[in-house]
Amino acid sequence: MVTHENGGGHGHHQAPTGFIRKYVFSIDHKVIGIQYLCLALFSVFVGMALSALMRLHLGWPNAHWSIFKGGLMTPEQYLALMTMHGTIMVFMVLTTAPQSGFGNYFLPIQIGAADMAFPVLNMLSFWTTMVSLLVMIAAFFVAGGAPIGGWTSYPPLSALGEMAGPGQGAGETLWIIGLAIFCGASLMGALNFITTLIDLRAKGMTLGRLPLTCWTWFVTAILGLLAFGVLLAACILLLLDRVAGTSFFIPGGLVITDQVITWHKGGSPLLWQHLFWFFGHPEVYIAILPGMGVASHLLSTFSRKPVFGYRAMVGAICGIGFLGFCVWGHHMFISGMSPYSAFAFSILTMTIGVPSAIKTFNWLGTLWGGKITFNCAMLFALGFVSLFVSGGLSGLFLAQPALDLYLHDGYFVVAHFHLIMGVAAIFGMFAGLYFWFPKMFGRFLNEGIGKLHFWLTFIGVYAIFMPMHFLGLAGHPRRYFDTTAVEFLQKLQPVHVFISIAAFITIGAQLIFLFNFFYSLYAGKECKEENPWHATTLEWSIPTPPPFDNFAGVEPVVYHGPYEFSVPGAADDYIPQHLAPNLVKKA
Amino acid sequence: MPGTVAEDLEIIDAGRGGGTGTPAGGDDDGGSSGPLRPVPRRAYFTALQLGLAAIVMFFMALASSYIVRRGLGLDWQRTPLPPVLWFNTVVLLASSVTIIVARRKLEGGEREAFRSWWWVTTGLGLLFLAGQIIAWRELAASGMLLATNPSSSFFYVLTAAHGLHLAGGIFSLFYVTLRNWKRSRISQSTAAELTSIYWHFMDGLWIFLFVLLTLGR
Repeated sequence: MVTHENGGGHGHHQAPTGFIRKYVFSIDHKVIGIQYLCLALFSVFVGMALSALMRLHLGWPNAHWSIFKGGLMTPEQYLALMTMHGTIMVFMVLTTAPQSGFGNYFLPIQIGAADMAFPVLNMLSFWTTMVSLLVMIAAFFVAGGAPIGGWTSYPPLSALGEMAGPGQGAGETLWIIGLAIFCGASLMGALNFITTLIDLRAKGMTLGRLPLTCWTWFVTAILGLLAFGVLLAACILLLLDRVAGTSFFIPGGLVITDQVITWHKGGSPLLWQHLFWFFGHPEVYIAILPGMGVASHLLSTFSRKPVFGYRAMVGAICGIGFLGFCVWGHHMFISGMSPYSAFAFSILTMTIGVPSAIKTFNWLGTLWGGKITFNCAMLFALGFVSLFVSGGLSGLFLAQPALDLYLHDGYFVVAHFHLIMGVAAIFGMFAGLYFWFPKMFGRFLNEGIGKLHFWLTFIGVYAIFMPMHFLGLAGHPRRYFDTTAVEFLQKLQPVHVFISIAAFITIGAQLIFLFNFFYSLYAGKECKEENPWHATTLEWSIPTPPPFDNFAGVEPVVYHGPYEFSVPGAADDYIPQHLAPNLVKKA
Repeated sequence: MPGTVAEDLEIIDAGRGGGTGTPAGGDDDGGSSGPLRPVPRRAYFTALQLGLAAIVMFFMALASSYIVRRGLGLDWQRTPLPPVLWFNTVVLLASSVTIIVARRKLEGGEREAFRSWWWVTTGLGLLFLAGQIIAWRELAASGMLLATNPSSSFFYVLTAAHGLHLAGGIFSLFYVTLRNWKRSRISQSTAAELTSIYWHFMDGLWIFLFVLLTLGR
């Protein structure tokens, strides 16, 4: 039994009129979704600019560039660039855009709700995220500059303050505070997503009729809910080690820059690694799962076939989510852990291959025999599948402790996680953007420019990250500033040059995308239809762009599964979820 | 053409979820297509449970750090627990009883009695926090500060984290009595129920932490 409470519910809230309430402190999930996307768009270009500087140095280590003081980059600057590139990309792009951006915009619509369960909380999570971004960006501008400890911020060097390096003073403190704030924002968001999906589904929207996008947002939110609290706890302990003189993570007898640390003792740096990776591994799936949802959704829509093995896909999503919490130890194989633990973590890690393979084969099964449309959205979805496979396979190498001993902390790892966590997730976002852009803004992204963007990016990312595998196999360590001082690295320099050139071309291609985005926003082909792609889910049943409360005050009813394409006997090759059975036209 | 569309739809179920026919209902809400429903009451309970799950993860991270750090330490010293903690524990347990009484009074329509018992609960909550601060002061006076020893570090961190969460509970205790419920999305009794669940949880969490600190010191 459900008791309806007194007073106005969310279905009755009125559209705000003032600019501030409408676009700044908005409680409309669609505006908040776009705000998140803008935040991610800004961040991704910042992150990319940082990587461009790193590639400039790695490609031509001895060349003088006027952007650096004295013409040369310093090792500390390099490490700061690397740290902030990783941090901004992982937290502000990969965690926000696919989940909080697209999820915020489309989860309520796809399940037939007028808004998130808690619109004000939703607004709060966005603005808290914004604060955390500002705090992190501020790290660039304080004395000593940005932190240099990498996005994993391993103690003891992250816990000792300025003596461990210039960015490890105020910059690192801001980094930790920014991250702690981000944890709070993500927890609020996750709570809202899960509640919305559980309690606000429209009539008929059973779990078996949820679009796979919603399934992935749901599981991602669960991962966020359970993982970010752990990171928050770790951040608090690390901060206390820095500012209050505690010794959670700092062992005794350390010698840092010729100074013996006597005021700390007994702490364990490995404790941080356990806490961090208990969060860090689920974080990988937080980044990639929504991309899987979008890929499934688009492959089905643009090959005009139902998703092959819907239930297996749902099972795989849940399986990946669950296993994501059981494998953090594979980041720590060389930390001196017991070989028995390493064995267990290794087996569990390789088990993730099973749901991943289920997903991949089902994507291929979905495509098989379909009437495929190769538009930009579909190309990016296919690109996602390709990158997921190429990035995923190297994971099986790294999952084995014996191999990891050699490959750990080298370019092989860099190649692996960039392909699977970075680039694949970004292809998922591009796919989603090309697909949903007309619904969100009433215009299509330009297909011609889009295809140019796709091919340059697709070939570009392979050109960047494939050679990195070989660098790694040749023993090239990651995070090295100076590649010229070591003899065997000198011989690998041409590969660095190649990667850098590929990186600059790929970054140039993103400027093409940026142009396309703004050009199409104002002058793109108008989308007047509700359902330009002939898709089935509920967002295509409402006007373009959607009204304030999505369904104009009328709750939709769902009669069909999410992927009813090419149903035998039906006149059209798709049956929208909300179409009553007696209205389905027969052939 | 053999069969109807509906029949064909029944045959093909892979990737189609629940097939067609009468909507089974995304949830247990009654009624057919109509105006959008307000956020159902149970959404607040879902959200609270999820919030508690996140809090459990946060404290489990701290508790496992405590256990791990203690196991490592040759430097672990015994932190004497201030006796006032026993008093605080009794106060908090009593507040869980008074909040139950308060809610019974509200359900029975005795609004005045509800208000009194609710204020008693709030007072006990504040008393607990004051007691915790006294415990901190006693500990500090005995020379055990935050950075003195991992054992005292954890004592302060765990009690502070719990205290902050409990302060959130006290805020909602005030909120339930002081807010005007005529224009809200949920009723006062729902808010009282949500608060009391949170309150009991904070009570249980304290017992857990107290046991942990007692066994682990």
